[in-house]
Amino acid sequence: MRGVYPTAARSGLMSCHACHQLSRIPPVLSEGEPICPRCEAHLHLRKPNSISRTWALLIAAYILYIPANVLPVMTVISFGKGEADTILSGVKELIHAGMVPIALLVFFASITVPVLKLLALTYLLLSVQYKSQWRPRERTKLYRMTEVVGRWSMIDIFMISILIALVKLDAVATIEPGPGAISFAAVVILTMFAAMSFDPRLIWDNIEEKS
Amino acid sequence: MFPARSNEMNMSALHSLIACHECDLLHRVQSLHYGERAKCSRCGALLYAKKRDSFEHTIILALASLIFFTLANFFPFMTFELNGRVQVSLLSTGVQEFFERDMWELGILVLCASIIFPALKILGMLYVLGPLEFNRRPWHAALVFRMVEHCRTWAMMDVYLLGVIVAVVKLSDLANLVPGVAIYSFVALIFTLAAADSALDTHMVWEKMEKIS
Repeated sequence: MRGVYPTAARSGLMSCHACHQLSRIPPVLSEGEPICPRCEAHLHLRKPNSISRTWALLIAAYILYIPANVLPVMTVISFGKGEADTILSGVKELIHAGMVPIALLVFFASITVPVLKLLALTYLLLSVQYKSQWRPRERTKLYRMTEVVGRWSMIDIFMISILIALVKLDAVATIEPGPGAISFAAVVILTMFAAMSFDPRLIWDNIEEKS
Repeated sequence: MFPARSNEMNMSALHSLIACHECDLLHRVQSLHYGERAKCSRCGALLYAKKRDSFEHTIILALASLIFFTLANFFPFMTFELNGRVQVSLLSTGVQEFFERDMWELGILVLCASIIFPALKILGMLYVLGPLEFNRRPWHAALVFRMVEHCRTWAMMDVYLLGVIVAVVKLSDLANLVPGVAIYSFVALIFTLAAADSALDTHMVWEKMEKIS
């Protein structure tokens, strides 16, 4: 069976991002943004400037990814001696202490997820810009995973927040957060915003016909 | 502003259709049985689902969440013992410590993710669903409910809990840690709020809001 897929856009309709109510696309889009009759959210046919916004956020995240991994995220000071920890050395320490499952969890959340997220979004953007026809369904799934899994990278930031709250015994032991933590948190937030500003419908706009 | 111009017949035609939010394919809305879900035939995204007694369940679970939230914030979260020295911390102590060290960026981040967004989500759910259950539409219901939807991503108590676990594991051979009332409430809160989330039928809320207005 061949034919054009009946999408909202091709039927002159647009779907509200917030409540999914369909509205007709107004003939002239100049007089400000249309508003959803049901939930009063601004209506867009596609997320506004999706590709350039996502690129901007993503490039910022790539840049901050370097200080996030090089600079210490926290320093453990005990009896005047300070020991700085980066994201990776924190994982190593957990392995040395014999806590392999937790080490794997942290490795996955703080290293695997951010890297995969950056790469996945880069790939999705390029595939849309080059009007790829390849496996749109799998690419949509990839997008969905990127969106869901992103927040779990925050584990390290929360862990630091709990450590500094608990360990403050002045001379004996204190934990100080490091500048790497700010960069790392920024990477996670920027990639979350990047995933939000990417519009998966762009993948499908390139897929014209049923096959 | 445009949308007012659609006449009634057009509106009902629009109501019988739904576009997939991930691939834009149009589908005819079909009535489902309880527990069934409608998925996009092209990309597999969830379109809508029908849930039993969605309003009642969500309200009850949100109320339970409110109680646990209060307990989690005002009772000791964890006690740290080392060489006879005892340090009690609250859920918000970490935030305070960030601010004291002039790392307000992280302070605000942790404050929002672990306290403010969960609170907004619980209160927003109750504010919208409570009156709707009695067929009244609260002030700015649409705005508040859209905010509740945004809080889904940014309320990160579940992630926070894993952070707690990693921190506890790191400290376990250094010191003696005693969990407080707040930590149990926090775990309970994660479950009740997740259950409230999955009981919530957003399409039903928007439809009801539209009927009452």
